[in-house]
Amino acid sequence: MTQIQEVSIDQFKHLVSERALRGETMLLNMGPQHPSTHGVLRLLLELDGETIINCISDIGYLHTGIEKNMEAKTYQKAEVMTDRLDYMNTMGNNLAYVMAVEKLVDLDVPVRAQALRVILVELQRIASHLVWLGAFGLDLAAMSVFLYCFRERELVLDIFEMVSGQRMMTTYIRPGGLWRDVPVEFEKAVRDFVQLFHKRVDEYERLMTRNPIFIDRLVGIGYLDKKTALSYGVTGPTLRASGVNWDLRKATPYLGYEQYDFNVPVSDDCDTYARYIVRIQEMRESLKIIEQAMNKLPLGPVRSENRKFVPPPRSEIGVSMESLIHHFKLWTEGFLAPKGSIYNAVESPRGELGVFLESDGGPKPYRVHMRTPSFDNLAVLPEITKGHLVADLVAILASIDIVLGDSDR
Amino acid sequence: MDKKLEPIVKDLQEKFSATYEEHRGEVHCFVKPEKIVEALTLLRDKHHFELLSALTAVDYYPQTSPRFHVIYQLTSLEKIAFIQLRVPVNGDNPKVPTGTGVYDTCNWRERELMDMFGIEFEGHPDPRRILMPEGTEGHPLRKDFPLGYEEPQFTFNFEDIDIRKPYAKE
Repeated sequence: MTQIQEVSIDQFKHLVSERALRGETMLLNMGPQHPSTHGVLRLLLELDGETIINCISDIGYLHTGIEKNMEAKTYQKAEVMTDRLDYMNTMGNNLAYVMAVEKLVDLDVPVRAQALRVILVELQRIASHLVWLGAFGLDLAAMSVFLYCFRERELVLDIFEMVSGQRMMTTYIRPGGLWRDVPVEFEKAVRDFVQLFHKRVDEYERLMTRNPIFIDRLVGIGYLDKKTALSYGVTGPTLRASGVNWDLRKATPYLGYEQYDFNVPVSDDCDTYARYIVRIQEMRESLKIIEQAMNKLPLGPVRSENRKFVPPPRSEIGVSMESLIHHFKLWTEGFLAPKGSIYNAVESPRGELGVFLESDGGPKPYRVHMRTPSFDNLAVLPEITKGHLVADLVAILASIDIVLGDSDR
Repeated sequence: MDKKLEPIVKDLQEKFSATYEEHRGEVHCFVKPEKIVEALTLLRDKHHFELLSALTAVDYYPQTSPRFHVIYQLTSLEKIAFIQLRVPVNGDNPKVPTGTGVYDTCNWRERELMDMFGIEFEGHPDPRRILMPEGTEGHPLRKDFPLGYEEPQFTFNFEDIDIRKPYAKE
């Protein structure tokens, strides 16, 4: 067993100012158990009065070795690990990983499955932004927003439970399509949600957007310019709030995103308020995509017919010997992926979620790397908090929308 | 190969004698460790690869030269182009010059690789572990690092295993 080590100032000598070593400024530990750090994140703050001079983030408290564990599982079985990465975006994580596997083995996906994937991922984006909005309000002492947001998020999770049997860890998107087709009640549930949610977004905006206290706390806080953002690898709404029009759904359309008419909200203000505005608008755009996808939802199969990679339907296993063999082989041995490596990225609610897969020709991935957006978005935090007050740090941290499970893996 | 990438790959071939491979439409360029900072600077400044999307590594244990590939996945927002640089590193003393001067992303991502693979990045401003606790022995994502498991206890060997089982006792 390793010894518990005490932290001394010597370890951080190169990260704090000269004054801290002379004892003129204060070093304050914020977290890892702190209500406004959105998970287990420890921040070591160097303070002069209440002004932040330096901020050192310490992550890794939620490191669970997911990448290492995935190397020991077959391609299908490794998928359940991806749910546990970013627990606010489970469908999106499944999608990123599954699309990478499909690219690696060159597997086709039926159009109905693609459209359903779009609907589910956009619902997940709304749910994720709702959690963000609730927590953001809570950090700024707007308690009621949190309750409203979680009320609507529950409706999305009900839809997930309807299709997959699980509210959060769904693993519904599978290589080659979906686990099974959606039930008949799905369409009504989604349409009801969309109809209701238009009004609810207006409600949130009435509560917050023009609220003077809210504006005072946010405008001009946490300025993140375009160049810094790109250099730090910041992506997603945080990057778009810095004036960069970059959305992988538009840049490299996947799942037929090119058929849907939607805008990418961009703001040039670069501050915490801009990040709030961009996310609120993104929820409206997601609604637009869901509506369009529902209107032209094609009929047909939801799973690829390629039996080397996709298990046969349950009904066939009792009557067909080949189906039984395929099913048995797929769940014991897995499928063999050709040798090579690929990198595939999708737009998650937090930014570019990339999956790097390397195969040695066997049934297990030789190396999986998840390029998770929270990791890079969090790295920019010390840069944008300098010179602000501790109370502003809370607002900034909330505005970049981190999930520690996503950054620590 | 994508038309947009042809001049870029040609440039890398001429300046850094890079070789390239293609797989599923992706271009992987192999660059020597000592040339990587120059290559990154060239790609960022001349070819508009503003974003270093991913920085990771693969361990090809027991192969020793090269044992690791350090992988730089770059994105160009302006051209909507993607390119991957691979740096082969030997196993006995893995060292790569740091890219923190080119992309700030390298700071945390290189710390992750130092932590997980034990690859040293020369000139890194903050070489501490990032995900694993301070004082951890070994580098978890190396292939010779065991995944770890728990021995199943049966009636006949319950006591034997219980003695050496690493769980908290009071």
